[in-house]
Amino acid sequence: MSELKKVLERYRDPRLARRIAEKIRELASKIGEKILIMHVCGTHEWTITHYGIRHVLPENVEVRAGPGCPVCVLPAADIDSMIRLGLEERISILTFGDVSRARGGRGLSLEDARGLGLDLRIVYSFQDAVEIASREPERRFVFFGVGFDTTCPSVAHAVLRGLPSNMVVLSSHRYVPPAVGWVMCREDLEVDGFIAPGHSGTVTGMRPYREYFERNPRPIVFSGFEPLDVLVSIYMVLRQLSTARYSIENEYTRSVTWEGNARAMATALEVFELKEGLWRGIGLIEGSAFDFREKYSRVDARAVYGIEQPRSDPGMPGGCRCAEVIIGKATPTECPLYMRVCTPRTPVGPCMVSVEGTCKIWADHRILRREVERA
Amino acid sequence: MCLGYPGKIVEIRGEFAKVDFGGGVVKDNVLISLVDAKVGDYVIVHAGYAIQVLDEEEAERTLELWRELFELEGLRYERAQEGAREV
Repeated sequence: MSELKKVLERYRDPRLARRIAEKIRELASKIGEKILIMHVCGTHEWTITHYGIRHVLPENVEVRAGPGCPVCVLPAADIDSMIRLGLEERISILTFGDVSRARGGRGLSLEDARGLGLDLRIVYSFQDAVEIASREPERRFVFFGVGFDTTCPSVAHAVLRGLPSNMVVLSSHRYVPPAVGWVMCREDLEVDGFIAPGHSGTVTGMRPYREYFERNPRPIVFSGFEPLDVLVSIYMVLRQLSTARYSIENEYTRSVTWEGNARAMATALEVFELKEGLWRGIGLIEGSAFDFREKYSRVDARAVYGIEQPRSDPGMPGGCRCAEVIIGKATPTECPLYMRVCTPRTPVGPCMVSVEGTCKIWADHRILRREVERA
Repeated sequence: MCLGYPGKIVEIRGEFAKVDFGGGVVKDNVLISLVDAKVGDYVIVHAGYAIQVLDEEEAERTLELWRELFELEGLRYERAQEGAREV
């Protein structure tokens, strides 16, 4: 067992967790009012649910998931475009596993279309996609690029190195900071403080959040993903609320810096520019879509196949409340379809598809009633 | 999309590294071009590439800080509780 692994194991120390929970309760009772903290990352939701963090929080502190799942916010129109290319143009589609199960506007997913003859290849990294395209030069490939700031730089890096001539990329990548800014401006969500995404933040750095913070000051704490990381981040948000002195803080100092991974971000922005982008369930957000610069139009599937950046969404399937779950306005158990017709094996809405979707995480942990969510 | 796993670089070949994630999980082709990493470093890997070199010292320091902040106070609290129960 290596040194660091041993250190990281201590980030799950139950004894220390109890102490931090105690301090959280002290602070929360001092504040007295109801407090809503939002995180914006599917992996944070997994940590919170898996380790039962909501069970140790006091009655007046609630932590909710915001828009932190790329597959959940992926425009249905882009999924439809991929299906059309795959079935009508006989182009092979490369993508990550989660993406293949998300349904487009006609209720079909790439996996469904596979049954109709679409050639779908699931990959674990962009490098794998490049290797597949290189191995099969007689076929045409489109990589369906889905993900946040964390994912995008590796695609940009490969584009700069040069892709095989039989491969292009549809970029549905999204930039997270403006989405957090969007949530911060929504008065109706009544969010008191934010837990910012640790790995997206590792790449973007904390700096991009400053403009949103200055516009709308509220506690923002960048957090790691171990249970103690999240507990301490909740404590840090509450500490700011209790003193009414707000700032952007960093709990995840072993990975996040103010400037972020400048090389990764610069690589991404050399290939892509940030344009207005559609987030499913939210709408258009200025400066949030990684769109290919004109210089790279040869590898841009939108330019090559005439696929517009989606401007509007057909909405969620009938009865599905994913749009509210995505922005933290509803919890999965408040959706009438949750675990009745919409299950991990038969997902209706996008939040039940992805491993980062709140509904899927709750379903996998057998959370069926609201009372179970809170201790 | 924040899924990321810390692993140790055991070998570097050009732009790629062999990374040991522990528990017998080793990945052979992790792209390390977007970080400054050397053999022995811990990196956070997301979708096949290293997004950051983990600061080991910082990981240790953070834990020590928390122990001082939460645990020592907690021990005092625990003793006070025990004292209260004995009365």
